[in-house]
Amino acid sequence: MSRPKGGVGGSGGGLMSWLTTTDHKRIGLLYFYTAFAFFLIGGLDALVIRAQLAQPDGHLVSAETYNQLFTMHGTTMIFLALMPLSASFFNYIVPLQIGARDVAFPRLNAFSYWVFLFGGLLMNASWVAGPLFHAGQLNVAPDAGWFGYANLTSRQYSPGPNIDFWMFGLQILGVSSLAAGFNFIVTILNMRAPGMRMMRLPVFCWMTLVTSFLIITAFPVVTVALVLLMFDRFFGTHFYLTSAGGDPVLWQHLFWLFGHPEVYILILPAMGIVSEVLPTFARKPLFGYTVVVYSGVLIGFMGWGVWSHHMFAVGLGPIADSVFAATTMLIAVPTGVKIFNWLATLWGGQLRFTSAMLFALGFIALFTIGGLSGITHAAPPADLQQTDTYYVVAHLHYVLFGGTVFGLFAGMYYWWPKMTGRLLSEPLGRWHFALMFVGMNLAFFPMHLIGLLGMPRRIYTYSPELGVATLNLVSSVGAFLIGVSVLVFIWNVWRTRTRGQLAGNDPWGGATLEWTIASPPPVHNFDVIPTVASRLPRWTKTQVKAIPEGAELAEFPVPSGSIWPLVTALGLPILALAPLSHTLPLVFVGAAIVLLGIYRWAFEPPPLEG
Amino acid sequence: MPSHRRWLLPLPLLSAAIAACGGPFPQSTLRPRSDFAGAIDVLFTDIFWWAVLVFVLVEGVLLFIIIRHRRREGAPTPRPTHGHTVLEIAWTLAPALVLVFIAVPTMRTIFATQAEAPAGALRVAVVGHQWWWEYRYPDLGVVTANELYLPAGRPVAFELTSADVIHSFWAPGLGGKRDVIPGRTNRLVLRPDSVDTFLGQCAEFCGASHANMRLRVMVVSDLAFQAWVRQQRASAALVPRGSVAEQGEQAFRRFGCIGCHTMGTMSNALVGPNLTHLGSRTTIAGGLFPNDSAHLARWLADPPGEKPGSIMPNMHVPPADLATLIAFLRSMR
Repeated sequence: MSRPKGGVGGSGGGLMSWLTTTDHKRIGLLYFYTAFAFFLIGGLDALVIRAQLAQPDGHLVSAETYNQLFTMHGTTMIFLALMPLSASFFNYIVPLQIGARDVAFPRLNAFSYWVFLFGGLLMNASWVAGPLFHAGQLNVAPDAGWFGYANLTSRQYSPGPNIDFWMFGLQILGVSSLAAGFNFIVTILNMRAPGMRMMRLPVFCWMTLVTSFLIITAFPVVTVALVLLMFDRFFGTHFYLTSAGGDPVLWQHLFWLFGHPEVYILILPAMGIVSEVLPTFARKPLFGYTVVVYSGVLIGFMGWGVWSHHMFAVGLGPIADSVFAATTMLIAVPTGVKIFNWLATLWGGQLRFTSAMLFALGFIALFTIGGLSGITHAAPPADLQQTDTYYVVAHLHYVLFGGTVFGLFAGMYYWWPKMTGRLLSEPLGRWHFALMFVGMNLAFFPMHLIGLLGMPRRIYTYSPELGVATLNLVSSVGAFLIGVSVLVFIWNVWRTRTRGQLAGNDPWGGATLEWTIASPPPVHNFDVIPTVASRLPRWTKTQVKAIPEGAELAEFPVPSGSIWPLVTALGLPILALAPLSHTLPLVFVGAAIVLLGIYRWAFEPPPLEG
Repeated sequence: MPSHRRWLLPLPLLSAAIAACGGPFPQSTLRPRSDFAGAIDVLFTDIFWWAVLVFVLVEGVLLFIIIRHRRREGAPTPRPTHGHTVLEIAWTLAPALVLVFIAVPTMRTIFATQAEAPAGALRVAVVGHQWWWEYRYPDLGVVTANELYLPAGRPVAFELTSADVIHSFWAPGLGGKRDVIPGRTNRLVLRPDSVDTFLGQCAEFCGASHANMRLRVMVVSDLAFQAWVRQQRASAALVPRGSVAEQGEQAFRRFGCIGCHTMGTMSNALVGPNLTHLGSRTTIAGGLFPNDSAHLARWLADPPGEKPGSIMPNMHVPPADLATLIAFLRSMR
């Protein structure tokens, strides 16, 4: 089957075809490359942080710059790297796995991407925007932590534009996430191929669905919190200020009510990827499919009932502490059940240690450690010694790096051939894995001890008296080893462009629908929408039937590209620049662009070609 | 390494690292020296061993599978197993059962460590400031900063609040942290059990110099505590006529120090720490530097340079005045 050429769906060459594309595969690639670039920026933040902390009383960067670095490291990794990297797989893989030609709302999908790009650029522009605000220094990046606790974020204690960049950046990124969340819910519920019943959905699609529901329910909460903050900073309200009866703890409740579901927004997609990779390379179906799916759904629900475990030191009283301790411990049960089912999937299999498989196995090994350290601070009294120390930094990186990042890399090695048509080099992949696995443990395991020995988080320097200098040095060495491993991956991607082995339809012997079609798939994905008769269509006798050579194919509509999602998205950062720079006319410019974009979008000719 | 922490030894890399960086870890959570810290330590050790058990089981099974079930040439396609109801029930109940063994002592410890203060407890009000600690002993009429004195063996009832943003009061040897929140009064009760000096620091990010908001707790014998209270309650030291210190006293007025600091009967401003007995403290600038002439000189010459974001401005004190100022401050015992 040959790849269709030409302007269909913005699929040709040239810049305009990318700016106007509504093809979920191209948008998936845009998400991937953009998010990976932000992953590198967030990684550089981390390396400067580790260089500063390699020795006590370090002074590589100033206190102010350091505070910006750790704030932007967290914000960038969560909102600009890990979430959109997951989104790149939602985009590229979900329609292929459910047997659809695109997502439900292709132009909304493009809009999500452009809003994400512009929001990320706005937030990172703060690194060099100092001169515009006469700040006396180049960098005016957000500096109150990714959690931005009130009342430090009030105008009184943070007078500069730093917090404004963060506040508006996050509101814009929320728009992107919400649009994507709705899109994938509708796509998965409505666009499934005939016979693709809910309980035949690949686990990755299930986890995408749960994640999307979490996104559309959690992001409104943080949006409310940010709008209240905006009112406090710009219009003199006192939602978070005690001076007129407000309460800074209100922010903490709102933020963590969003923030804990956000943790599951970050980990569930990786769990979905691992649930695809393990069966393929064990050559065995996923053990306990129903249980794995339901435990994912249960985690999604229970994720809403645990937020105050981020607040045990606030002094909410013994009753609240006990309740949130109990709910937090309970959530370990469905999480543990997933791990046991993955182990049972591997048991008795024929394990092929491809790079994707290594990262998936690494996920199990490392995420388990993160889960166990999580249990130690589910107990509020123990947490009082651990919270806000490096012990928690260790814990969260075992979950989000050992878990999410390893899961995402498993997905990259697994689906790269589908997305580009070429296989990443396996020897380089093994080097990447080995360096990252060793570096990761070297960087983050000592942090457990650093924290237990009394070093708090978010400090730009520490006293040699604490006795944690050597452990910190080891940790920094590990961080740079991770950096080297990422360079190996980039080299792998680069050489694969031209020298990578051609993949064919199905290099791994996968069980799901994406492996029935060409790599990369044609713009319309499926010549004929497949009829699905089992959960593992390619591993069962009732496979999808190949189309006989030379058969006449019916014409079908493919949406043409559109520039208006990009235009609409462009209006949002301009709207944000108005309050940022205290320039009222910009409000009208931004609003006009948004309205024009929506108007033209709404009245575009029907998206049919051919 | 304390003997009851032998569990660290099986981890050779870590014990080597520990040995390499020496000790004695004055800010460690693993050396509990109060009833509160002790209760936490018992609970943490309990949970830690459960975690080790699960860790060994899961990682052990994973390693076994990786070795035993790796692909062999010519092996047939594995038997597809889709699930097993009894197994699923078993591995749902097993972790739930383990969690009961963790949850029960957890709940007990929560209520035990948040109980009302016993009668006769020493009351201490802690006020967090960007970036220093104010301590008030309301029943003793003592106000001091950054260095907290407590008698060993007597329960202490802390009342914690903040003058500006959220901080968190934490001296790990004496127990867990408690947030210090504007508009709220938080409580913390503990009984230090042995004479020692503990390091601590602010644990909630509170702005530019969060890293520099340090503290020390001197747990002393009851007698030593009484002596310290007498010293702190005494009126400010007398400055001899015509001495260098007296010139420093005038400089203290002239450069506006009295606008922010309480100093004996000379001034009663509350913006910065009470300096009436500064000479009796071992550290300055929020526990950042030792209290000696050299460090005082550096500090007074450029506070924001030494402590980023410091609200205390650079008063551009000429070197001659600086020397007299230091003589005056060091005489204020």
